[in-house]
Amino acid sequence: MEQRMWKVSASPHLNDKESISKIMWLVAASLAPAGIGAVYFFGAHAAWVIFWAVVAAVGTEAAIQKLMGKPVTVSDGSAFVTGLLLAYNMPAESPFWLPIIGSIFAIGLGKQIFGGLGYNPMNPALLGRAFLLASWPTHMTIFKTAPHGGTISGIDVETGATPLNLLKLSQDVLRQVKINPAEVPAQKVAEATEHISKLYDAYGNLFWGKVGGCLGETSVFLLLLGAAFLLYKRYIDLRIPVSYIGTVALLTWMFGGTDGLFTGNPLFHVLAGGLILGAFFMATDMVTSPITPKGQWAFGIGCGVITVVIRLIGGYPEGVSYSILLMNLTVPLLDRWAKPTIFGGAAKK
Amino acid sequence: MGLSLSLRKTFKGGVHPPENKELTEHKPIEVLPPPSTVVIPVQQHIGAPSEPVVKAGDSVKIGDRLTEPTGFVSVPVHATVSGTVKAIEARPHPLGTEVLSIVIEADGEDAWSDAVQDDPNYESLSADEMRQRIRDAGLAGMGGAAFPTHVKLSPPPNKPIDTFILNGAECEPYLTADHRLMLEHAEEIVLGMKLILQILQPKQAFIGIEDNKMDAVEVMKKAVKQVGVDAKVVALPVKYPQGAEKQLIKALTGREVPRGGLPMDVGCLVQNVGTARAIYHAVAKRRPLVERVVTVTGRGVKEQKNLLVRIGTPFSHALDYCGGVTEDAVKLIMGGPMMGIAQFNPEVPVIKGTSGILVLTEREARLREPGVCIRCGRCIEACPMGLMPTVLHSLVNNKRFDEAKEYGVLDCIECGSCAFVCPAKLPLVHSMKWGKMELGRRMKKAG
Repeated sequence: MEQRMWKVSASPHLNDKESISKIMWLVAASLAPAGIGAVYFFGAHAAWVIFWAVVAAVGTEAAIQKLMGKPVTVSDGSAFVTGLLLAYNMPAESPFWLPIIGSIFAIGLGKQIFGGLGYNPMNPALLGRAFLLASWPTHMTIFKTAPHGGTISGIDVETGATPLNLLKLSQDVLRQVKINPAEVPAQKVAEATEHISKLYDAYGNLFWGKVGGCLGETSVFLLLLGAAFLLYKRYIDLRIPVSYIGTVALLTWMFGGTDGLFTGNPLFHVLAGGLILGAFFMATDMVTSPITPKGQWAFGIGCGVITVVIRLIGGYPEGVSYSILLMNLTVPLLDRWAKPTIFGGAAKK
Repeated sequence: MGLSLSLRKTFKGGVHPPENKELTEHKPIEVLPPPSTVVIPVQQHIGAPSEPVVKAGDSVKIGDRLTEPTGFVSVPVHATVSGTVKAIEARPHPLGTEVLSIVIEADGEDAWSDAVQDDPNYESLSADEMRQRIRDAGLAGMGGAAFPTHVKLSPPPNKPIDTFILNGAECEPYLTADHRLMLEHAEEIVLGMKLILQILQPKQAFIGIEDNKMDAVEVMKKAVKQVGVDAKVVALPVKYPQGAEKQLIKALTGREVPRGGLPMDVGCLVQNVGTARAIYHAVAKRRPLVERVVTVTGRGVKEQKNLLVRIGTPFSHALDYCGGVTEDAVKLIMGGPMMGIAQFNPEVPVIKGTSGILVLTEREARLREPGVCIRCGRCIEACPMGLMPTVLHSLVNNKRFDEAKEYGVLDCIECGSCAFVCPAKLPLVHSMKWGKMELGRRMKKAG
């Protein structure tokens, strides 16, 4: 036989066709329906927010890697996804510098400072959002653009409040009445009652996305389309979304009403706000969620509990971002706790 | 249908690599003409090496004993061609080192030793006499691990065997040697199994075959009836590593071999179909293990074949017979693609555990630079042993061996499922092997 250089490596000598960049770009593709929906509902401005967030994310990653003398890996798509998700968590009418600053923070201090892809403890996009929310709260919480063919609140009231916010305001009125009936005008009570009943009737608008909110979070339908694709490709697993959404549904049903236990509206709480975006696309981020099945169940439940606590008790109407960020920090502990059972480990010797 | 469904038990984890069995599954076993020179390493099994009893210049016939075992866990090797012993020296071995080997130049006569004689009364031998013949024939497990067969067939009295399993799963992609053996020599395999049952006296016996070989299932069922042994032929779902001992036992009996334990700890014993046939040859024909079926395959070989190969035949001789290797061939492997060992020297000899010679093209091997772990968890889902490969990988690479031990690195069966699915292409099995080796070294040091 003629001489040749045979390649030598440890087994196995086959590998399947998955790669990190394939996973990341297909995650980006799965977010496309919601992005297109955002432009349809909120107009061209939404496209610009997405554009600046993505460009800044990819640019920041490339610049830092260049400065550090490391190989530039922006083609793996992970920075692209971070930029996309950050944009989806911002109001459509954000000024152009807001997504840029958010992305620089997300990639620089959320990801690269820890060593880049695979080493960041928290979801970079959510960290970027948290930074913007703390720094420019008015820009991040005031929604002025009504969706195409709908209103910001999702009902026939033009208030500038998103559904979750309107619910929170209305329920506050009803709770106040119970404590101190004399101080609340009857008209205000009637208005609050009406708003709540209309909100609890607006499932269609919530599902299709005819409500105000962050540009990529509003259409449950378009988000589920993308999520179904990721589930089909097995890039995400149902464990986190199911435990997360299930926990939110259960707890809002129990504690979300103003007339005692089990008077809340779980379906409304599931469809409104950023829960679907968060549960399927951000809590499932591979790098920042637990690695074992048992840990993933616990992680989802934890996200659900914190979300509901913030929504029902906290000062913000919405708690998805913070709940995921807080649970990200528990991941090393969860991984340690939720080790799988080793084969033959349960059997006695 | 309901019954067959209820039998489709399985194990946790596992993967579905492309099978690529179509390259050779319909190719009948061809006899490879013996080479002009064979190289027979004194160690082809797990355990103590055997010691040469011939010297350079001696003339030998096929089946003549070349070495004496040096302990209980040791077996002899035999001449596989007739001719002259040319040298006894260290030669490259497919497991990666140089091993003392007996080099025989063939005289072309291919004459068998007089000691190889059919024994018409073999069935009346006692269990101990059978074990002795099996040992004298140099048998070591032919599924790949090559553990001395007579040792496996001598369970200690406090570990009674109630279940015997004949392993015809052949879950490694590409390989079809066992498949062809079952199709072409079912009766001899079952006769060998009958001897094993005679030695062990278990309560039940299974023959496990993956259901991508339904023709073999049928043939084996027929042979079982014909020979008259009490065994259940079970078609197992195709899932790698179905043929791994612990996973096969779990799938067929529901029993889990305890951590660090052996199949006999749960009353089970597993033998490969090729070994069963060799047992029949050893006991009934007093015929030592001098040849075996090897699948020569992969798209890097011009003509893929199943060959009956003399032990000691250089890989290059078998490859030349198959038309040589292609221009874009990059990897030469002994065994299958999942657990096989990459070779750098095509002159290494076929040994008792060589189930395949696999040549992969650049496209098949898909060599990639490793990336970073994105914690996708696919390795954990794939691991049939319930381990966390990526965690073990980083522990070992940070030399935190004690923690790696706590996380179960010693339980790893090196099946390669984790590295197969890893999107970052991390060399996970490499890390496991390193961790196990380092821990083994430490334990040895500590006594």
